[in-house]
Amino acid sequence: MRTGYRPRTFALEIIMVAVAVAFLFPVYALVTLAFKDPEQIANSPLSMPDPPSTASFGTAWESASLGSALLNSTLITVSSVLLLIVLGSLAAYFLARRASRLSYSLYILFLVGIILPFQLGMIPLYQLVNDLGLLGTYQGMILFYTGIQLPFTVFLYTGFIRSLPADYTNAALIDGASHLQAFGYVIFPLLRPITGTVLILNAVHIWNDFFTPLLYLGGSGRETVPVRVFAFVNEYTSDYGLVAAGLVLAALPILLVFLVLQRYVIRGFSSGLKG
Amino acid sequence: MTALTTPPLKSVRRDSVRPVKRRGSGIAPPWWFAAPALVVYALVMLYPSIVGAGSAFTDWAGVGEQRSFVGLENFRQLVHDDQALGALRNTLLLTIAIVVVQNGLGLLLALGVHTTIKSRMVLRVIFFAPVVVSPVMVSFLWKYVYNPAPDAGLNAVLNAVGLGALRQDWLGDPSLAIWSVAFTVIWQCAGYSMVIFLAGLEGVPQELHESAMVDGASTVARFRHITWPLLAPAVTINVMLSTVGGLTLFTQIIAMTNGGPGYATDTLSTVLYKQAFVYGKFGYSTAVALVLAIFVAAVSFIQIGYLRSRETAA
Repeated sequence: MRTGYRPRTFALEIIMVAVAVAFLFPVYALVTLAFKDPEQIANSPLSMPDPPSTASFGTAWESASLGSALLNSTLITVSSVLLLIVLGSLAAYFLARRASRLSYSLYILFLVGIILPFQLGMIPLYQLVNDLGLLGTYQGMILFYTGIQLPFTVFLYTGFIRSLPADYTNAALIDGASHLQAFGYVIFPLLRPITGTVLILNAVHIWNDFFTPLLYLGGSGRETVPVRVFAFVNEYTSDYGLVAAGLVLAALPILLVFLVLQRYVIRGFSSGLKG
Repeated sequence: MTALTTPPLKSVRRDSVRPVKRRGSGIAPPWWFAAPALVVYALVMLYPSIVGAGSAFTDWAGVGEQRSFVGLENFRQLVHDDQALGALRNTLLLTIAIVVVQNGLGLLLALGVHTTIKSRMVLRVIFFAPVVVSPVMVSFLWKYVYNPAPDAGLNAVLNAVGLGALRQDWLGDPSLAIWSVAFTVIWQCAGYSMVIFLAGLEGVPQELHESAMVDGASTVARFRHITWPLLAPAVTINVMLSTVGGLTLFTQIIAMTNGGPGYATDTLSTVLYKQAFVYGKFGYSTAVALVLAIFVAAVSFIQIGYLRSRETAA
């Protein structure tokens, strides 16, 4: 397997690069489309844009109100992820460190939420959010994401805390720290690796989620990026260049974050699921 | 977190004043650590799910409407509803296609980049990148690729390479649309399967391969007898994730076909959404949701049981 660079390795390299080129074809089609004017789109659908035109980007940014959509998405994602980290780690610390029937039952109760499809509670929750006056608000979305992602977050944190030795906190408690202080100063910093995973998985999920923000935020002016893009594409559906420019702009922020943090993101996705 | 601003360690011994319970692994934190999480989880998931499961047996017809118990009426209606039955069939077909092809491709990609090829790190990033993009945007990207016009997207490519005869109305042909949607999901998620398989491959001890090579084992034989058994946990995770993802597929359908043409690509999730928010049939919609939930739970339990036994056998 990992033995030097031989002719066979070179052949494999050629094959894999060819696969990647084919894999990227849709992206090439979209990006070149965004830089073409309608005439080029009609006459040369597959070629490079010549000359490239950036007119579509400005129009798309305005028409889809992407600026405010990015703000909405950022606010909802950051708040939800912070709440998930605080509530999830605190709950998991109790579940992992107290060996009682209550804590075990609670742990199982949280695990149920991982396989429970949210569609089952979709309508009653919609009514509840409506009754609480939270439809179309940031708070409604933040509450929703915190609740829906807690089972998975608690599961990740509990598994990790169980693998930590208990000695540190005991020492702190004996020295007179309160439980909250012991947690905040001793335990929480030790959770950094799993907090990274929790942050990445939840942030990507929340940023990209579509179903619930469509339901809760549609028409409120507080739509997240996927909801705005959905409305935008359906409105300008036959203007390919404009739609493509909108999609490129909307996908760019998370792709840039991914490229900068690629090692952490890939590690988060591949390690967070050992259960 | 504001409570944590006071100095953490005071020299006063307080465990004589405030009794702390000692259990197995040390001094356990108090129950209220779990309270906020439990309240939010109960409010957002447990309570609505219980009400939802109950509503499946009522004629609930909208927000604020009265509902009365109708027994199994919604389920009786369901087994005679062509749209719902078609959606059940589509959901199962999509799930099978996605589980098999996405994980098959993911494994091949992982084996391909878990080598000494020079482009291995770049390729990992390329194949994984679609995973972080919103399914809405990926769906619209592929909706363009599947453009029915003979000179756009995939059809233009087929034409350019001399395969013009294979041009299709990818999303408009009722028998083809579901596979076009499945492929979009596979394209987006194969990289996810890949990174989980890669994590599994990195756990395979190199010495096993080396000693097998000394014994003259072929590449295929080494994969079958060393790599594949040790990948069992990665297979479990991948199959579970893609199954639940397939069974609850919604966004890609709404963005690409909205269930059409006709009902050809409706899934359980799109049907229960339309029944609720287009037709206002909340009771019936929650009945479909209950069927979906039972499917997800049943499949999860069967798979955990079967795949775990495979892991321990390996």
